Amino acid sequence: MSDIDLARPTESLQAPTSAATRKGAAEIWHQFSRHTGAVIGMIVFVTIVAVVLLGPYVYPVKASETNVRARNQGPSVERPFGTDNLGRDLLAQNLAGGRVSLAVGVSAMLISIVLGTIVGQVAGYFPRLDGPLMRLTDLFLALPILPLLLVIIMLFRDTLRSSFGPQTGIFLLIVTVIGITSWMNTARVVRGDVLALKEREFVTAADALGSGHGRIMWFHILPNVMSPILVSASLGMAGAIITESALSFLGLGFPSDVPTWGRLLFDGKDYLNITPMRVVWPGLFISLTVLSINFMGDGLRDALDPRLRGRE
Amino acid sequence: MKFLRTIILIVGLLALMGTSLAQRGRDGNLDLLYWQAVSILNPYLSGGTKDIYGSSIVLEPLARYAPDGSFVPFLAAEIPTVENGGIAEDLTSITWKLRDDVVWSDGTPFTAADVVFTGEYCMNDEAGCTARNFFNDIESIEALDDHTVHITFSVPKPFPYSAFVSAESPILQRAQFADCIGVRAQACSAQNFGPIGTGPFVVRDFRPNDVVTYEANELFREADKPAFQTVTLKGGGDAASAARAVLETGEADWAWNLQVDPVVLAQMEAAGIGQLTSSFGTSVERILVNFTNVDASLGNDRGEYMDGNNPHPILADLRVRQALSMAIDREILVEIGYGPTGTTTCNIIPAPEIYASSANDDCLMQDVEGANALLDEAGWERGADGVRVKDGRRFSLLYQTSTNAVRQDFQALIKEWWEELGVEVELRNIDAGVFFGNDPSSPDTYGKFWADVQMFTSSAAGTDVEAYANRWTCGEISGRQNQWLGNNQHRWCESEYDALSDQLAQTVDIDERAELIKAMNDMLVQDVAVMPLVHRADVSARANSLMGTQKQSWDSELWNIADWYRGQ
Repeated sequence: MSDIDLARPTESLQAPTSAATRKGAAEIWHQFSRHTGAVIGMIVFVTIVAVVLLGPYVYPVKASETNVRARNQGPSVERPFGTDNLGRDLLAQNLAGGRVSLAVGVSAMLISIVLGTIVGQVAGYFPRLDGPLMRLTDLFLALPILPLLLVIIMLFRDTLRSSFGPQTGIFLLIVTVIGITSWMNTARVVRGDVLALKEREFVTAADALGSGHGRIMWFHILPNVMSPILVSASLGMAGAIITESALSFLGLGFPSDVPTWGRLLFDGKDYLNITPMRVVWPGLFISLTVLSINFMGDGLRDALDPRLRGRE
Repeated sequence: MKFLRTIILIVGLLALMGTSLAQRGRDGNLDLLYWQAVSILNPYLSGGTKDIYGSSIVLEPLARYAPDGSFVPFLAAEIPTVENGGIAEDLTSITWKLRDDVVWSDGTPFTAADVVFTGEYCMNDEAGCTARNFFNDIESIEALDDHTVHITFSVPKPFPYSAFVSAESPILQRAQFADCIGVRAQACSAQNFGPIGTGPFVVRDFRPNDVVTYEANELFREADKPAFQTVTLKGGGDAASAARAVLETGEADWAWNLQVDPVVLAQMEAAGIGQLTSSFGTSVERILVNFTNVDASLGNDRGEYMDGNNPHPILADLRVRQALSMAIDREILVEIGYGPTGTTTCNIIPAPEIYASSANDDCLMQDVEGANALLDEAGWERGADGVRVKDGRRFSLLYQTSTNAVRQDFQALIKEWWEELGVEVELRNIDAGVFFGNDPSSPDTYGKFWADVQMFTSSAAGTDVEAYANRWTCGEISGRQNQWLGNNQHRWCESEYDALSDQLAQTVDIDERAELIKAMNDMLVQDVAVMPLVHRADVSARANSLMGTQKQSWDSELWNIADWYRGQ
C-alpha cells in the first residue's frame, strides 16, 4: 500500500492518470472509428449478438420441436431457413446455437486471456519465475490436448453435473477446459513483449519513482502489451467456438440436443447435397463472427498502440 | 519342330498367366472402413461387434455360419451330425474331427490341444470371457487324439454347435495364450493385440482404436488365397463419411454398419461406384433400462447389482417402464433412421421366423395418453415446471448412446416424446470406440452403463438364439466381478427367466424350443427390461470392383475374406 501512497505525488508525471485515461478513451475511440474494417466488424458483431439475443422474442419457435412431416425442407416464408431431417426449424436452431456458441467463445476466451496474460506478465517481469513458468507453458503446449480433455471431463463431469445441473455443469466444464488449454500462446507472446518493455526507460523511470512491481506491471507495461493480447483474444474466441464443436463431435461437449453453431454445421454436413443451406447458415455465422472479431481486434490494436496514437 | 516349340511356348505362357492369376496376394491392398474402431483383437474379451469382426480375419472357429444359416467347416474336417456319428444319439456329446493340414501362422501345427485350451480359457470364471454363454452346460472338453475333440454336455443339447462355432468363439493358440488364463487374461496385451491365428491374414500392426494392418498368411492352407496381400482396417470417423468413402469417392473397398439417414445413403449410392449390401439377422436397436442405482455418490457400488439391494430409484417400477415404452412411436423411428433397411419390432428376438413372438405387437401403437395415465397411477405428479415429481425426486433420466447421427436423431425424438410425459431427459453421446470398448477404467462403456437408459444394437451370433437369450440371465449381470464384461448390462434378474433358460437347455424338440424362446422374449419385453425399437438390416457398402463378398448376419461379415478378390 505504501508503494501506491508514495507513487501518488508522481502521478502527474506519468502518461495515464485517471483524467488522462478518460481523454485516452475518447482518443482510442477516435482512432478506432477511423479504421473502416474495425467499424464494419463492430457493426456486424453487434448485429449478430443482437439478433441472437433478441431473435427468440421476435421469432418464437422452439428450436428442439420436431415435425416429422416437414423434414429436409428448403427455405420458405414460414420457415426462413428451412428445416432439418427431423423437421426442426433451422432459424430457431441457429439463434439458439448462437447464444451457446457466443457464450462459450466469450467466456473461454476471457479465461484463456486472463490466464495467459498473468502467466506471461509474471514470467516476463520476474526473471526468477521465468524459467519455471515458461517450462509450465511448454508442458501445457506439449500435452496432447485430446487425452487431457478426456481425463478432465471424466474426472469432473459427474461432480459438476450434480452440483450445477447438467446444462450449467457442462457449460462450466467446457468453458474451463477450453480456457485452460488455450492460454499458452498468449502467455508466450505477452512474456516476449514484457521482456522487451521492462528494459525501456519509462519502466526504469517508474521504478526510480518508487512504483511497486504490481503497479509497474499492470499500469505501465500492460497497456503496452494490449495489442498482442487483443489479437490473441480475437483468435482465441474463434478457436473456442471451433474447439467447442470438435468436443461436441467427440461426445464430450454439450449434449446433442443443445444446438451450437459447431454442432449444427457438423450435423448438417451429411445433408450438404440435400439441404445445402443447412450448413451455409451456421458456417456463415461462425465465419462472420470470427472475422468481425478479428477486424475489431485489428482496429483496437492500432487504436491502443501508443506509437500510433495521436498520428493523423 | 518350330510348331512344337511355339505350342510349348504358348502353353508355358498360359500356365504362367494361370499361376499369376491365382496367386496369393495378387490384388494388393484391401481397405476396410469400420467407423467404430477396433480396440482389441481377442473376441473373448470384447462384446463389441467391430472387435469380433476385426479378429475374425485372423482367428478361425471350427465352423462358421453360411449366409443361408447352414454351417461351413473351417478348422473342422466336417460338420458333426447325428447321422455321421459326430453327435451322440442322446445329444449329450459332440465329436469334432479337425483338419490335419492346418498350421498356425507361426508354423506350428494346429491340434486338438488348442481347442481344449480355448475352452479352458473361456470357461475360467475369472477371465470375464464375453462368450461364456457359448460354453453353457459343457461338462468336459477332451482331446481324443491330435485331431479329434470330444465335448460332453451335462444335459442333452439339441443344438450343440455353440462352442467353437462362429466368429465369437474362435480357437486361440495354446502356446501363445498359456499364461493368460483367468485374471491375467486382460493384462496380456501382446497376445490380445496380436493373436496368432490360422486365418488367411496375420496381424502386422495394430494400433488400438485406430488402424489394424493385416498381411496375407504365407502358411494359409489354400495356396492361392487370399487374393489380397494386405488388409487395412481403418477405424474412426463416422458412418456417413465411411459410406461416402466407398460409395462416392472410392477411397475404400468396404464400409461396415452404415447407420446413416436412408435419404443420404440413397443419394450416395446413386454415384454408381459402389453399392449397398444388406442382410437381415437378429439386430435390434433397443433401449436398455437400468435396474440399478447409478448415483455417483454411491462410489464403488455405483451400478452394482448387489443381489437386488441397489434398485434404480425411478425405473424399478414396472408402470414407469411401461409408460416410457408406450410413448415411443416406432414407425417414425424406422422412417427417419432406416427406411427400407429396418422394420418396427416389439421383440428383442425378432428372427428367425419361428422364434418371433406376436404377443407384444401392441407396442407399435404410440399411446401418450395411456402412458401419462400410468405415470399418474404410479404416483408421479407434475410439478410446476411440468416435470413429474414423486417423494421429492424429479423424474429425470440420463439417456446415453454412441455417437452416430441416426442415434442422436432417435435421442432427440424420444426425448421429445418423453418430455410430453413430464420426464426430464438429459442426452449424452459417447464416442463409439469408448462406448463399445472394454476398458474397465472408463466410466462411459455400455458395460458399466452408468446412465438410466442406453440405446444400441445387438444381435445373436448364428441362427440358434439360445446363447443370445442366455445373456439376460442373472449370472450374466455386468459388474465389478466380471470387469463389466457381462452381457446383462442393465442388470435385470428374474429367477423365472433363469428357469426358462435352464429348461431351454434341456429341451430338444424344435417347436418346444421355439415356444420357450418366445416366452423368454415376452418376459423381457413385457417387463420392459428392454424396449425394442427397430429390427435392423446389417448394411454395408462395397466398391463395385470388390468381388466374392457374401454379406451375412449370422457370422462375421468378413467370414469369407479369403475368397475376396479384385474384379475388373
